[in-house]
Amino acid sequence: MATRNGPLSLLFHALFILFILAPIIMVCAVSFTPLGYISLPTTGLSLRHFREIAQNPEFIQAIWFSLGLGTLSATLATTLSLPGAMAIARNRFRGREALLAFLMSPLLVPSVVLGLAFLRFFTSVGLAGTFIGLVIAHVIIIMPYALRLVLASATGIDPMLERAALSLGASAWTAFRRVVLPLVMPGVISGWVIAFITSFDELTMSIFIASPSTTTLPVRIFLHIQDTIDPMVTAVSALLIFVTAIAVFILDRIVGLETLFVGKGR
Amino acid sequence: MNARANPWLLSTPALLVYAVFLIAPLLMVFVISFYDFKFMGGMQPTFIWKNYIQVFSDHYYHQIFLRTYGVAILVTLACAVLGTFEAYVLSRMRNPWKGLFLMVVLGPLLTSVVVRTLGWALLFGSTGLISKTLMAVGLASRPVSLMYTDLGMGIALTHVLVPFMVISVWASLQRINPATEAAALSLGASQFTVMRRVIVPQIVPGILSGSIMVFAMAASAFATPAIIAGRRLQTVATAAYDEFLNTLNWPLGAALAVLLLISMVIVLLAANRVVERRYGAIFN
Repeated sequence: MATRNGPLSLLFHALFILFILAPIIMVCAVSFTPLGYISLPTTGLSLRHFREIAQNPEFIQAIWFSLGLGTLSATLATTLSLPGAMAIARNRFRGREALLAFLMSPLLVPSVVLGLAFLRFFTSVGLAGTFIGLVIAHVIIIMPYALRLVLASATGIDPMLERAALSLGASAWTAFRRVVLPLVMPGVISGWVIAFITSFDELTMSIFIASPSTTTLPVRIFLHIQDTIDPMVTAVSALLIFVTAIAVFILDRIVGLETLFVGKGR
Repeated sequence: MNARANPWLLSTPALLVYAVFLIAPLLMVFVISFYDFKFMGGMQPTFIWKNYIQVFSDHYYHQIFLRTYGVAILVTLACAVLGTFEAYVLSRMRNPWKGLFLMVVLGPLLTSVVVRTLGWALLFGSTGLISKTLMAVGLASRPVSLMYTDLGMGIALTHVLVPFMVISVWASLQRINPATEAAALSLGASQFTVMRRVIVPQIVPGILSGSIMVFAMAASAFATPAIIAGRRLQTVATAAYDEFLNTLNWPLGAALAVLLLISMVIVLLAANRVVERRYGAIFN
């Protein structure tokens, strides 16, 4: 835009950024304390609380569990939403808007309501506290994210390209595999990534259906915080912040955060 | 696979999964909210309004609903003011600053809410940085704790949800023709007048849709209230959680969940109607 920000705007901006970063910086700072209790590291920096994580089987198990759960659910959600997203992106038909709204509807139901709904449902079909139950629940809530990104990239594909392949004698399957699929691939990959992150971060719904043997990392952190806030739990959180920061940087380079959140290209 | 095949057929996998694993569980919650509960014997399948009557007649639950919606409204207002202004400031920045700060503002959305709330719990405690700073500058004579307060919960929720407002307003700012602002300035309008008379009217749809989103998420938030407000200050979400996992009174918990869902749907539909009637032309 034509004008630049005045000093007051920039002051507001500085305070806003401080507000956004303060709790995140706080978690990271405390995690480096050399002392055994919550304090800002004033006497020196130490990695002892990060080493403690490695010796804590509960957290290590939860990290692996969340990674596995996220990978499987994101893959299932992306696969299940791909055909529907392609169809919605490339056709105009009766009920298209309604179908899309229905497929996005899990976003509208509060996670608490979904959590107790799944607890009730899984208890009555014998899936309560199982890995399969968690996968199903996660697939439901991350599907809208996967769908939205696949849809965004499928909408931009020129239908002529597929028609050209068909007219040159390719079978429908070959045309899809060799022409259409490579073109939607960026959407599929970014959809998978955002679905994975959403699953990996999910707390509210998982806390209802997790059992001691199927505890995700956010649930483990939450239960720990309810009990006690110690430097080790800040170290686990700091670790998550570092990994997310790297992921944000890479995602911004590859697809652009605007595309990820606003849903259109730069 | 031909993408031009029947779109309903292609959506079957997703639709089937939804029908079995989304619709059925939600219906079951609705059904058990009419069940009876006995401390000896648990849930009794029947059809009674007992749970709803209890929520509507008990002062304890009135307070919980009032707190939940009161905090949600204040958080929405705070997000609307802060998020709108920040999106405006961001949109007037140049790259690389614009890209960098957009990343800083939106990045936290990809970190678990638990982690972000933990940061506030560290800041809010009576030995936390906020308390120490207030004492150092002389604004407080004794340690101040924002833990287990509505204010603390409101601040942390605003932090968690304000990025959504920034995104929403940002998206509608992108559609503004910068020439309108330049025209107003060249005709002698002050910067404040430009903001009030030219920019804000054009981004009202963005602010409203962002507010709807923030309100819905604030009213149903669980992690932040549970960690910051604790057991003493219940919200509808944490109360439903307690009924389900501590008291084991599932019918009552289900009734709370159904009421949360219904009241939210009503608010959202009403807000949507207002937005569409007033600003339908701008949205389309």
